[in-house]
Amino acid sequence: MRDHPRTARASAWVIPVLVLALAVSVLLSLMVGARALSPSTVIAAILSPDLSLPDHAVVWDGRIPRTLLGLVAGVAIGVAGAVIQGLTRNPLADPGVLGVNAGAAFAVVVAVGVLGIQSLFGYIWFAFAGALIASVVVYLVGRSGHGADPIRLVLTGVALTAVLEGLGQGLALVNPQAFDRLRTWNLGSLDIGSIQPVLAVSGFVLAGLLLAALATRGLNAVALGEDAATSLGVSVRATRVMAIAAVTVLAGSAAATAGVIVFLGLMVPHLARRFCGPDNRWVAGLSALMAPSILLLADVLGRVILPGELAAGIVVAFVGAPFLIALARGKRVVEL
Amino acid sequence: MKDPQPSGAPVGRPTEPGAVGRPSFEQHDDGHARLALGPLSARLHRRSAWVGGLLAALVLAAVVVALILPGAGVETREALGVLFGGGDGFAATVVLNWRLPRVLAAVLVGAALALSGAIFQSLTRNPLGSPDVIGFNTGAYTGAILVTLGGVTGFAAIASGAFFGGLLTALVVYLLSLRAGSSGLRMVVVGLGVAAMLGALNRWLIAVGDLELSMQAAAWGAGSLNGLRWAQVTPVAIALLVFIAAAFIVARRMQPLDLGDDAAAGLGLRLGPTRLLLLAVGVALTAVSTAIAGPISFVALAAPHIARRITRASRVSPLPVALTGALIVVVADIVAQRLFDPTQLPVGIVTVTLGGLYLITLLAKEARR
Repeated sequence: MRDHPRTARASAWVIPVLVLALAVSVLLSLMVGARALSPSTVIAAILSPDLSLPDHAVVWDGRIPRTLLGLVAGVAIGVAGAVIQGLTRNPLADPGVLGVNAGAAFAVVVAVGVLGIQSLFGYIWFAFAGALIASVVVYLVGRSGHGADPIRLVLTGVALTAVLEGLGQGLALVNPQAFDRLRTWNLGSLDIGSIQPVLAVSGFVLAGLLLAALATRGLNAVALGEDAATSLGVSVRATRVMAIAAVTVLAGSAAATAGVIVFLGLMVPHLARRFCGPDNRWVAGLSALMAPSILLLADVLGRVILPGELAAGIVVAFVGAPFLIALARGKRVVEL
Repeated sequence: MKDPQPSGAPVGRPTEPGAVGRPSFEQHDDGHARLALGPLSARLHRRSAWVGGLLAALVLAAVVVALILPGAGVETREALGVLFGGGDGFAATVVLNWRLPRVLAAVLVGAALALSGAIFQSLTRNPLGSPDVIGFNTGAYTGAILVTLGGVTGFAAIASGAFFGGLLTALVVYLLSLRAGSSGLRMVVVGLGVAAMLGALNRWLIAVGDLELSMQAAAWGAGSLNGLRWAQVTPVAIALLVFIAAAFIVARRMQPLDLGDDAAAGLGLRLGPTRLLLLAVGVALTAVSTAIAGPISFVALAAPHIARRITRASRVSPLPVALTGALIVVVADIVAQRLFDPTQLPVGIVTVTLGGLYLITLLAKEARR
């Protein structure tokens, strides 16, 4: 905890600037790609779609689904990161680093590859189950007497990811079709080519956001200490259960659609905290605005940086990993 | 300066010529014994000594089992016959030219990885600071993929790609964590970050590369001893034996290092050169193993812990560590070959799964304390 809490709320200019940045990222995501489109073409395609025009078809078949997915998955990952950092009070926490995404993705691969479940409403429950098991394992192992030890928590996640990768690879050799699925999943790509999964998952993300909103209120009180929280009338246990549920649903939804995206949930809450201080509600709110912008910009960058497309998850990892290194090199690695 | 004691020759040197070659053995009350043979003397931890003997027997047993299990048209009886100097031509080929090099590689790679893990854990002063955790394996994999996708095939090319990839990664991690002070925990997290970046790069390279070459690189990346023959194993075995011997020698310097920088300096250890020497031996052990077998994860991490636990020594000596590593890899390789027969799993998948679970239990136990 900080000795000198900064202002409990963000300055007035922050939110308009972030909203503007998000709008710009959305527009860029609709415009940029193998077939570059002008803003007027994009707007025309959205307002009066004529799918016989190739430009309009590109917008509707490719760009809109991946942009919407970037928005939905970005919000989910950003808020999940904020909640898990608040829950574990660990600056290094991130559903990706902690193996929650990997747990969800692995469960999806088992559902799709081994059990042959094709519908998203069928396999998303596997994603939730995988995410839940992973987050509970990581939380229980990483927890110690006084708040969770950041390094131990991270290492638990690493170990979990390693086990899941080992099992996944073994599965791949026994069942090659599942391997193909896992290979693309691990990349963390927004290019899904269909709007159905995004719409299907939106309801779950909304539910997760609601849980997160309820949990962050309690997390602020729990940050003062368990006794203080109880005397403020906040149930510590209920808060933690809600926080884990929120992380599970949000990370599971993101992993079921976009695959494994690591480090986004790590860095966004840190950026948010610079503007709004330690209040968990504000951190989660600003993260919800920032994360989709970063994810969309990473996706746009991945489209143009090389002839073949680079998946958004890889671009994010390249930006996010140095962030982890910088955090580790900083003085206050242990505190939040 | 004169020696204060009249008969006080330096330790380990015989006081009279007649003592040369006559072994002596003294027991002390602290669980140690002193064994002296001429100019050589060793302080033995008694439990470590008999645990070491037991481990050696187990390794030998596992090796024999790996050699004589039925398969490839060779019955156990025939394989046993080959071991006792008989057997027909085909059985002899299977046992001596196919299985033996593989098992030998498993033993040496296991021992090398375990020793390297012990060295890195001592260097980072962190029980979790093993080369696989700090990004070395991922870097070696990157090097191997780049070489493979560059169209250069062949064992030597992949081996050198892995060697330089791993070395460069270890260097980057070391330098990045150096400026942040000597904290081992930082090194681990910096290593995680670097490994994550390289992991993303690897996945992308595998995904965009030519499918056939990618499959080849991915198969290597899982860590496998499949298809090793004497032609590949012999040079690597010689290199590994040299570095394993070096590790046994430098291991003596690890004990004062474990006491902390100041204490070690106070004991007259020159920290910079010692660290560098340990780092060089540790890197060489991992790099050579990775070059022949691909990244076999978590042996380096788990073996020193297991050895420490079963010897119950405050400081673990290199022999039990090396034997534990060898035992893990030989047994894991038998499991990998037989579990989903006829599908051959890479041994790395078995070690990563078991080792990861072991690490989670280890962390959970620490958390409960």
